[in-house]
Amino acid sequence: MYVIVAGGGKIGANVVRSLVAMGHEVTLIEQARDRFVMLEEEFGHLVLRGDATEIHVLEGAGIGRPPDQVLAVTGDDEDNLVICQIAKEGYGVPKAIARVNDPRNQQHFDLLGITQTVCATTSILGLVEHEAPEHGLVRLLPLRKENLEIVEVQIPARSPAAGTRLDRLMLPEGARVISVMRDGRAEIAVGATEVNAGDQVLVLLRPGKEEDLRRVLLGEPR
Amino acid sequence: MKAIVVGCGRTGSAIALQLSTEGWDVTVVDEQEEALARLGSRWQGGFVLGHALDDVVLRRAGIEGADAVAVATDGDNTNIVVGQVAQMRYGVGCVVVRVLDPARAEFYAARGLRTVCPTQTAISALAEAVRSCRVEAGA
Repeated sequence: MYVIVAGGGKIGANVVRSLVAMGHEVTLIEQARDRFVMLEEEFGHLVLRGDATEIHVLEGAGIGRPPDQVLAVTGDDEDNLVICQIAKEGYGVPKAIARVNDPRNQQHFDLLGITQTVCATTSILGLVEHEAPEHGLVRLLPLRKENLEIVEVQIPARSPAAGTRLDRLMLPEGARVISVMRDGRAEIAVGATEVNAGDQVLVLLRPGKEEDLRRVLLGEPR
Repeated sequence: MKAIVVGCGRTGSAIALQLSTEGWDVTVVDEQEEALARLGSRWQGGFVLGHALDDVVLRRAGIEGADAVAVATDGDNTNIVVGQVAQMRYGVGCVVVRVLDPARAEFYAARGLRTVCPTQTAISALAEAVRSCRVEAGA
């Protein structure tokens, strides 16, 4: 497999190290002089110095072959976005993966069709939410292309929804209960399914409706 | 008519002042408060402090009712992304983006973004000036 990695920071350098160890062909692009010199000592001719958002630099790295994958992992979200757009739309690279530095920029990547993204902040936050179920709502899976997400809600003892059939529950628009898990057994949700305290409920949700869902299933918004 | 100018450097501030003189309702967005000084003490338009990729900033600047957006920060890639967001998310009809790198300007122009490349303009003008010199020397 041939991979171009843009950005030789901690992430880029470690990814390249691993890819090389796996036997893949890699070119790493790094702009900053000092960093480039350091990387060149370790990776030799695999490192190219330049601005990876410049088309002639990408061409020097072999974007025209095209590579199987481009990883845009610089510390600048706009740069990562542009690198991925050029790779995908300009050269038909089948897979362009972008690092998202500021999670608030995620929406711009989604808008511009860069669907494969990795955001450390979001991942860490996901873990924190998992460890702190008192928040009540855990995002299990973002479905970016569909603009939906799957969340898990643990029904508390004083939930206004406890003891209610799903078809009598005033769920917000853009929310659909998928399954209800009780005593370790999950049941596919239908209208007659009753929600009880202690249940773990999976909900397909339109992002942005979290607070509305909390109100219905948990009571007060946190 | 309502225009938003993103980036209040030499270019952005001049665009803002010109449009404003021509009767546009102009709001300028810049990350630095000092940039406001470039608009002069008699600036009547709006000024929003912040990064244009921040939704709150663009909304505060009135992107939802804007007729035109001109993007001229000092970062090509920032301009490219802001321009596409204005066009695709907010459906602004007239979006113009400054891109200094001719190759990137051409790449995005081919994809439906109205890019203006001062470097390309300079290249053409300088080359033309040289050509006209030679004609005079030969005459």
